[in-house]
Amino acid sequence: MSEYILEMDQITKDFSGVKALNNVNFKVKKGEIHCLVGENGAGKSTLMKVLSGVYPYGTYEGNIIFEGSIQQFSKINDSVDAGIAIIYQELALFPDLSVYENLFIGNEIQSRGVVNWNDTIQASKSILEKVNLKVNPEILVKDLGVGQQQLIEIAKALSKEVKLLILDEPTAALNEDDSENLLKLLRELKKQGITSIMISHKLKEVIAISDSATVLRDGNTICTLAASKGEISENTIIKNMVGREISDIYPKRDKKTFGDKILEVSNWSAYDSQLGKLILKDIQFHVNKGEIIGIAGLMGAGRTELAQSIFGNPKSYKLQGELKVNGTRKNFKHTSDAIKAGIAYVTEDRKGDGLFLTQDIKNNISIGNLKAIAELSGVINENEEIKVADEYKKDLTIKASSINQLVGNLSGGNQQKVSLGKWLFVKPNILILDEPTRGIDVGAKFEIYSIMNSLIDEGMSIIMISSELGEVLGMSDRIYVMAEGEIKGEILAEDASQENIMHLATK
Amino acid sequence: MRFFAELQSLLKKNIRDYGMYIALFVIMLTFTILTDGLFLSSRNISNLLDSAGYIAVLAVGVMIVIVIRHIDLSIGFLAGFLGAIAAILLMNAGLPVYAVIPIILIIGTIIGLTTGFLVANLGIPSFVATLAGWLIFRGALLQVTGDSGTLIIQDDTFNAIGNGYIPSITQIGGLHLLSLLVGLLGILFFIYSSISKRKKMLRYNFEVVSKPIFMIQLVFVSAIVGYITWILAGYNGLSWTLVIILLVVIVYHFITTKTVVGRHIYAVGSNPEAAHLSGINVKKITLLVFGSMGLLAALSGILFTSRLQSATPTAGTLFELDAIAAAYVGGVSSAGGVGRVTGAIIGAIVMATLTNGMNLLGVGISYQYMIRGGVLALAVIFDVMTRKRGS
Repeated sequence: MSEYILEMDQITKDFSGVKALNNVNFKVKKGEIHCLVGENGAGKSTLMKVLSGVYPYGTYEGNIIFEGSIQQFSKINDSVDAGIAIIYQELALFPDLSVYENLFIGNEIQSRGVVNWNDTIQASKSILEKVNLKVNPEILVKDLGVGQQQLIEIAKALSKEVKLLILDEPTAALNEDDSENLLKLLRELKKQGITSIMISHKLKEVIAISDSATVLRDGNTICTLAASKGEISENTIIKNMVGREISDIYPKRDKKTFGDKILEVSNWSAYDSQLGKLILKDIQFHVNKGEIIGIAGLMGAGRTELAQSIFGNPKSYKLQGELKVNGTRKNFKHTSDAIKAGIAYVTEDRKGDGLFLTQDIKNNISIGNLKAIAELSGVINENEEIKVADEYKKDLTIKASSINQLVGNLSGGNQQKVSLGKWLFVKPNILILDEPTRGIDVGAKFEIYSIMNSLIDEGMSIIMISSELGEVLGMSDRIYVMAEGEIKGEILAEDASQENIMHLATK
Repeated sequence: MRFFAELQSLLKKNIRDYGMYIALFVIMLTFTILTDGLFLSSRNISNLLDSAGYIAVLAVGVMIVIVIRHIDLSIGFLAGFLGAIAAILLMNAGLPVYAVIPIILIIGTIIGLTTGFLVANLGIPSFVATLAGWLIFRGALLQVTGDSGTLIIQDDTFNAIGNGYIPSITQIGGLHLLSLLVGLLGILFFIYSSISKRKKMLRYNFEVVSKPIFMIQLVFVSAIVGYITWILAGYNGLSWTLVIILLVVIVYHFITTKTVVGRHIYAVGSNPEAAHLSGINVKKITLLVFGSMGLLAALSGILFTSRLQSATPTAGTLFELDAIAAAYVGGVSSAGGVGRVTGAIIGAIVMATLTNGMNLLGVGISYQYMIRGGVLALAVIFDVMTRKRGS
C-alpha cells in the first residue's frame, strides 16, 4: 500500500468555461497534517468540494484515490461513509439544540425511530473527552464560545469513523488561545493516526503545524513543500502564493495631486453584539482628497465591517472613536446621514444588498437621490429622471436595450455599473467601493478602473476594498492592510509589493 | 399581418397585466349570458360596484402592506370597530357627521401607526402583531355594540355615503347628466395623458406600441369607461361610494407611481437591506404604510356602516381575508416589491363580481366559497407561472 492516504490526480473543474481547477495534483500522506494555502479564489475550497462530493463524480475530470482505490462520490454522504469529514468555516451547528443533540444529529442512537437519550448523553461524554472539551453535554450550543463550538464540530466528525479530517479556516473566527488549543488537538489526533488537511490564511499557524503544505494559485498546483526538508517558511509560501506579474490591465492616471484630509478615523472600535465580539479594534486611518486608498486583507479581516461602520452603521454595531469628514466631527445615526455628508458605499454583494433586481435600470439609478429630481411636494419629475438615467447609461456604457430593462436581467459587469451609477448620482465626495470587480470579466474590470480614474480627476476620493492583490497594487495610491479587525500596516504604493502586503495580512 | 404579430407579442409580454382584465371580462360575459343580460343591467352593475367598495378600499391598503413584505390581519375587525364608534358618536354623542368622519379617520390612522410601531420599531412579526389586533378589535367591537346589539343610524348624510348618488343637475333622455359629464371628463383626461406619455416616450427613443395598436388601446379603454358611465347614468348615476373609491384609486395610484415616498415603498419591498444602504429609512416607511392601512380601514368601516345604516357586532368579519384575496388576484407578490393599486381594485371587482353573479344565479353559499377559493388559487398559479417564464 502506498504512503499516501489521498491522491487527487489531474483534477480539472470548470464553471461554464472558467477553469477553477486546472490539472491539480494533491497528495496527502497517511498520518500527516497537510496545509493547503493560496489567495482567495485560488481554488482551495473548490478542490475540497470536489473531494467531499459536493461536486459529484462526473462533473470534474481526474481521479480521486483514497486509501488506494479510486472513489466516485456522487453525494456528500458517500465521502462521509468513506471516512472523510469536512468542517467548514461557517459552523453547521444548531444553536438552540444541546451539545449532545448536535453531536448525534443525523446519526441518532435509536431503536425503531425512538431516540435513546440516556445512551446519547453517555456517548457524547466520551466523545467530548476525545477533544478535551469539558462542558456539560446538556448545555445549549449557543451558550458556548466560538472556540468551543469549533471543537464540537470536530467532535461530531470524530463520532463517525473518520480517517481524514478537513478543516476550512478553522481558526478564522477564533482568538489566540482558542486557536492554540485547536492546533494542540490536531497534533493529538495525529498521534491517534488521523490525517488532517487544513486550509488556512494564517501562515504562522501553517508553519507551526504542517508536515507538508501545498500552494495553489489560479487553479493550479504550484508546489508541495515538506517540513522535513525545511522548505516551509513564510517567504517561500508567500512567493509561491502570489508570484505572478501585474500586466498592464490597470489604466494609468496622469495627474496625482492630493489635497487635505477629507476623511479621518481615529481610535475606531466596533462591537458586534450579535456575535458578542469586538470586530474592529482601535483603527486609525485617513483619506486625502484625490486619493485612491486600497484596503487589502484576507476574507474576514473586517474590511466590510469597517466600511459599513463608517457609512451610517446599518448593522448597529456599538461604535467607539472619532470620525471626521472635512475636519468636522460626525456621528451618523443612519445611512442617510452619511450620504448627506458626501459618502457613498457600493456594496460587495450587488445582488444581496446593492440593487433592486425586480426594478428597472432607471429606478435603480435614481433611488439614492430622488430629492434631486423631485419637486418640493415629493412628486418625481419623470423627464428629469429619464434624462439622468440615460446619461449614466451612456457615461458608464451600461449595455442594455433601454433604461427600462430590469436590472435582474443584466450581466454582472453591467449590474456593477448600475450600482456605480446609483452612487455617482448621489454626487459623493468619498466613494467606498467594496470588492468593485468581484465576479466580473476582465474587460468590464478595465472599464471600472477607468471610471475610477476619471472620478478622481473630477475631485472625488476613493476607498477601495479588495481581495485581489493585483488590483490593490495597480490602482491604489496608499494601502492599508487589515487582519483580525485591526489595521496591521500602511504602505505607500511605490513601496508596496504582493509579498509585503501578504506578510501584514497574515500577521 | 404585422399588426396581428405585434398584438400577439404584446399580449405575450404583458400577459400578467392583461390576464386580470381578460379574466374579469370573461367572468362578466359568462354571467351576462347565464342571466340573460340581467347581470349587465344598470341597477345590478351599480349595486355590484357599491358592494365592492369597502373591500376595494381595504385591498388597496393591504396590497401596499404586502408589497413591503408584511401582512395585516386586523383590518376587518378594525373597520367594524371604527364603524361602530362612528355610529356611537353620531347617535349617542350626537356629533355632526362632518366631525365624526375626520375623527374616525384620525383614530384609524393612529391605530395603524401603533401597529406599525410594533412591527417597525419593536420588530414584532406583522402576522403576530396584527393577529393580536384581530382579537383586540373583535373584542372591542363586541364591547361597544354590547348593550343594544345592533345600533341603527338615523343620519341621512352619513347613510348617503353608502347608499346615495351624486346629484344629477338635470336628466337628459332619462340619463343622469352630471355622471355623464364625469365619465366624459375621465375619457378626455385618459386620452390626453396617454398621448402626452406616448410623445414623451418617443422623444426619449423608448419602445412604444405602433400607432394602430395605440389607437385601439385608446378606443377600447374609452369605450369601456363610456359604457360603464352610460349604464350607471341609466340608473341613479354615480354613487358616493364609487366617487370615494375613484378618489382613493387616483390618490394612491399617484402616490405609489409618481412620488418619492412611493418609490421608497417599492424599494423597501424589493430589497430592504439595499434600501437601508441607499439611505432610505425602512422603519419610517413601514410606519407610514401601516398608518395608511389604518386610515383606509377607517374609511372601509365608514363605507360599510353607512351601507348597512347600522353598526352590528359582526361587522368586518372576514373582510381582511377578502381584501388579501383581492390583492393577490390583483397580482401582488408576497416576495415583495411588486403590486399595483389598479390591480388591487380589479382584484376586488373580480371577487365582488363572482359573488354578485352567483347570487343572481342562485348558487348556494357553500359552492360560492369553493368557487371563489378556486379562482384565488388559479389567479396565484397563473401569476407564478407567468413570472417564472418572464425571468
